[in-house]
Amino acid sequence: MSIKFLRVGVASCGIASGADGVMNLLKEKAGNTPVIGVGCIGHCYAEPIVEAVLDDGSSIFYRDVKPVDADIDNILACGEENRFEIPEARRKKEKVMVLALAGKVDPTNFDDYIANGGYEGLKRALSLTPEEVVNEMKLSGLRGRGGGGFPTGMKWSFLAAKQAEEKILICNADEGDPGAFMDRSLMESVPHQVLEGMLIAAYATGATKLFIYCRAEYPMAIKHLKIAIEQIYENKLNVINGRALEINIKEGAGAFVCGEETSLIASLEGKRGTPRFRPPFPTDSGYLGHPTMINNVETYGNVPVILRNGGAEYAKIGTEGSKGTKLFALAGDLKNPGLIEVPMGTTLAEIVFEIGGADPAEVKAVQTGGPSGGCIPVELFNTPVDYDSLKALGAIMGSGGMIVIGKNRCMVETARYFLDFTHRESCGKCTFCRIGTTRMFETLERIVAGKGKPEDITLLEELGKKIKAGSLCGLGQTAPNPVLATLRYYRHEYEAHVNDHVCEALQCNALVKLKLDQSKCVKCRMCIKNCPVDAISDDFVIDADKCTRCNSCMDVCPKKAISRVSE
Amino acid sequence: MNPEFAYLKKIGNEPNNLIKGLQLIQSTEGYVSDDGIRAAAEYFSLPEVEIEGVLSFYAQFKRVKPGKNHICVCDGTACHIKGSSQVHTWIEQELGLKPGETSDDGVFSLETVACLGCCSLAPVMSINGKVYGKLDRKKLAKILKDYAEK
Repeated sequence: MSIKFLRVGVASCGIASGADGVMNLLKEKAGNTPVIGVGCIGHCYAEPIVEAVLDDGSSIFYRDVKPVDADIDNILACGEENRFEIPEARRKKEKVMVLALAGKVDPTNFDDYIANGGYEGLKRALSLTPEEVVNEMKLSGLRGRGGGGFPTGMKWSFLAAKQAEEKILICNADEGDPGAFMDRSLMESVPHQVLEGMLIAAYATGATKLFIYCRAEYPMAIKHLKIAIEQIYENKLNVINGRALEINIKEGAGAFVCGEETSLIASLEGKRGTPRFRPPFPTDSGYLGHPTMINNVETYGNVPVILRNGGAEYAKIGTEGSKGTKLFALAGDLKNPGLIEVPMGTTLAEIVFEIGGADPAEVKAVQTGGPSGGCIPVELFNTPVDYDSLKALGAIMGSGGMIVIGKNRCMVETARYFLDFTHRESCGKCTFCRIGTTRMFETLERIVAGKGKPEDITLLEELGKKIKAGSLCGLGQTAPNPVLATLRYYRHEYEAHVNDHVCEALQCNALVKLKLDQSKCVKCRMCIKNCPVDAISDDFVIDADKCTRCNSCMDVCPKKAISRVSE
Repeated sequence: MNPEFAYLKKIGNEPNNLIKGLQLIQSTEGYVSDDGIRAAAEYFSLPEVEIEGVLSFYAQFKRVKPGKNHICVCDGTACHIKGSSQVHTWIEQELGLKPGETSDDGVFSLETVACLGCCSLAPVMSINGKVYGKLDRKKLAKILKDYAEK
């Protein structure tokens, strides 16, 4: 059996692990065997990944490949070293529709996309009337994947019903949730799929101008989209109803609030990205006053799938209120972080334990929806993942970031972290959000520093409710969620910090000291050598006043004689 | 207009191109100086205060000249959980830099960013756009040393 061609995952995660070096060396040594750089293969924990596709169509995957001769020669000889089987649980639980071509096609190669069914969805859409396309979308039951969950078909029908000279279509690619990378991966890996979704939407709604508002932090996504747009122009796929549509990429400038649609529009207009009161809704008056519709990257990514197979077929997947599949960026305290795609209704336990390989004994909770969402404790992991079930638990679906929180993490500190983010990202327009989130953050800082007062807990709850009620946009309305959710499920941790000055998880430095167990110590002096602040004496006693709790000594101790203990 | 900023003419002078214009200034100069603000105000026919307002709103824009090697430490959720605050401590110990500062010799500058999108490699930082993942103290020290010697 010989190798037909080789694929190397060279999306951002792959490159950060050194995949570009692997690809260069592979090209050098592979002779006539083609080496193709593809997007995200989804198994980030195993990067850099090489897939050798054999003559019979089967594949061998190699993980953690280094750009050294030995590793490359091993692959070219189909050797046994570094081989990697896609975990059984993951193959069974996943349903790959939106990501079907991610990691399979060269993102910069137009023919590759076409050869794999690309633009079939657009072709079918153009054979229908625009009304029929909107109907297909309604039939599919697709809801906005940016987190809001608004029915996509209905949104499209609003714009389609508008009579106007100029109608604007925007793709929200300002993936701002820390911990989320679904949209980046999709744009880097199959940019044409997102653009095909936009072109179908343009046909269905009669939009005349298309914008992609993408984070400037995603240079590879922007590069691949630009190449794809050129290819669309060359092949005249942007000519719809005899009119050549313009597709523009606008780079965001780093403001979380711009994920909110009215802020995003203000930013596109070159202004400060503050939200405004609705109505008028963007479909009535948006970008420069034109009727405007905004969908998220993943939402557009679903559209070609729906059009290819029909809305009714799509609606067979998922739950009653949430149809189709959802991408999740799985990260945090687990064995197999990565990008996954599961049918709506898959339980958290299946995602975190079976697909993610997290150890049930080590997991405390999972955070969905990033700084706008909430945590769900491990006891509730039999919850199916859909818009309504997550909301009922005080969390949200969000855009798809899923962070696994281990038992050794403090929930008060986790909440403090999210409020640190939101209070800085608050645009400042609404008083409750601007001042309220800052007060919440300061209160949480006080608690983790061991200076909290019992009344701080009620203060947090009160502020949380008022901020939610008194804010204009999604940022403020959801900013208190991480605090309210941790208070709901982990109130005892807050109380322990405030009343007993104890951080159960031993994470909050102010409530913890490092202790050296003399009976285990072999006096190797590694700790003394590695302490950056000379806090350890020659007779191996740690000076708590000098110690910064950086754990350097703990990490180097060969006997594990040093541990964190409560003050 | 200050001829130093003549490259602004590459893009249209409609006010909705303002952010694009400021991004162009920053990618050329490394930051947006007072002169840059004056040039943009003139080119887009907007008051200087409005330019300053847009600049201060978006985290991407810098008003201070960055170092030759610009370090961005990711403090996204995954990195935070995996110890990005330690990364800051280490950098401070190695280089004496706090976020937002540039070293006196202009070799390094440091910034905290929300998310570099490589969460599965946490903790992560980037130097001049190149991403380094799964950082520990030793790895970090070596990377910084390599850049200092470049």
